[in-house]
Amino acid sequence: MKLLRDIWLIFQRQMTLVLRNPVWVIVGIIQPLYYLLLFAPLLKKALTQAGAHTDADVYRLFVPGILVMLAIFGTFFVGFALIAELRAGVIERSRVTPVSRLALLLGRSLRDVVSLLVQCLIITLLSIPFGLKARLGDMLLAYLLLGLIALMLSALSYGIALKLRSEDALAPLLNTVGQPILLLSGILLPLALAPGWLQGIARWNPFSWAVDAARALFDGHPGDASVWKALIILGILTIASVTWTARSFARSIR
Amino acid sequence: MIETRGLRKSFRARKGTVEAVRGVDLTVQAGEIFGFLGPNGAGKTTTLRMLATLIVPDGGDATIAGADLRRSPGEVRRRIGYVAQGGSTWDTVTAREELVLQARLYGIGKAQARQRAVKAIEGFQLGEFADRKCQTYSGGQRRRVDIALGIIHSPQVVFLDEPTTGLDPQSRAHLWDEVRRLRAEGMTVFLTTHYLEEADALCDRVAIIDYGQLVAEGTPDALKREVAGDVVTVGLNGAAPRAAQLLDGQPYVRQLEPIDQGLRLYVDAGATAIPHILRTLDGAGLSLGSIELHRPSLDDVFLTKTGRSLREE
Repeated sequence: MKLLRDIWLIFQRQMTLVLRNPVWVIVGIIQPLYYLLLFAPLLKKALTQAGAHTDADVYRLFVPGILVMLAIFGTFFVGFALIAELRAGVIERSRVTPVSRLALLLGRSLRDVVSLLVQCLIITLLSIPFGLKARLGDMLLAYLLLGLIALMLSALSYGIALKLRSEDALAPLLNTVGQPILLLSGILLPLALAPGWLQGIARWNPFSWAVDAARALFDGHPGDASVWKALIILGILTIASVTWTARSFARSIR
Repeated sequence: MIETRGLRKSFRARKGTVEAVRGVDLTVQAGEIFGFLGPNGAGKTTTLRMLATLIVPDGGDATIAGADLRRSPGEVRRRIGYVAQGGSTWDTVTAREELVLQARLYGIGKAQARQRAVKAIEGFQLGEFADRKCQTYSGGQRRRVDIALGIIHSPQVVFLDEPTTGLDPQSRAHLWDEVRRLRAEGMTVFLTTHYLEEADALCDRVAIIDYGQLVAEGTPDALKREVAGDVVTVGLNGAAPRAAQLLDGQPYVRQLEPIDQGLRLYVDAGATAIPHILRTLDGAGLSLGSIELHRPSLDDVFLTKTGRSLREE
């Protein structure tokens, strides 16, 4: 009970901070919006090979990918905020109270998941005029997938930030890891178009499974094998990353 | 209220190990303002952070407000407050919101947390800015909010890390009053400082630390009495080395320390020593800028114990 109460307290404060300065939430959806408006129209011809013949087909392939990209890049960089908080002394102020150390992490990650889902909802709604269609149940399952990605990557980002404790070290690391994840996930173009060796590498990227699953869901196939596979893979990775970071939170923020 | 035995802490640095605190034994009585004085890097903050459960000691024991630091740090946390040196607030929230949150992190219910915030705002006179965002506060206002946050749960002991560093004289005087008010309310205050005047004027007892070890502990008056006699400061424009040669070894000078543009002489009795000093310098044709007689200060205590002046830091 104390844990839930503490998580709620930290989450509330973190939401207040976001709502007082929502510019990052807005900036976060601008990039996917650009892709949606300025890049997707290019794809119609390129995607005929992947089975897209109408504008609606293109968006049904492209929007799920964009949402996964948003989930990755919207949460992978949250560690920067933690470093700023360490510097401002607010972490230390929490540390001298009996507040649960796990709540210090989960309250923050929960904030990241909520703001990501709001961003995803905005992008989804904006895509409807372009012909995007999906069933509510499938959508909710896709959002669960996106929420898992957000939870996993935000916890991971906090864990890394706590180890490095410097923006100068964090930025290059996150970029180096983030870029190949993006390119190997089939977000911008389906990996069906890729040569065999590239597909082989991409199979090891958990996010390419997430992209496949999100596409299947937006296409109305919740029973597709990629869906449960992605949920299991991401579920395990999320548990691993939360456990790892929670431990390092408890240790270094004792 | 606080008792430590052999508290030790070392850090791994690039060049080997740095022993920051090398066996500190302290006793702080309930209801006193205890000052921890020392130059920068002497181990003040490290000791304070160990006592506030923020870092784990390598060795030694401590009991704080009846709770054992090593065995039950959680219990210590409930009984103490801690105010860090560098501030502790988010920019875009208000002092009132911070006070309510901090109270709630200590497990206090919502309604009571709000009441406590109101009380703290009254007590620390935060009223005129408590509902503005923290980023708009002046240094002095910020520090008062930090302290209000540190004691929102009415702890028995509060630790203040260099509470007046960087404040202008007026804010500093104001903060001293706040600290005295905490003592009047029955709290024990443990603060670090590198300001001699602060230790002298504010603290009931002080401990002086240098290179991780205590060099003196007691009331400011008792410590100053240990440096028996008087202090004579002579200002000599450039002739200090020559004057030092002349005066060193004279029977009426017990100890002699060069200071900026002059000398500091420790003598048994100022009234009889000054004529001798004047005669000696005059006889050598040295012109005197100024001469001043005063009682020993805490700096003189530090100087006689360590051979260095705190002011030169």
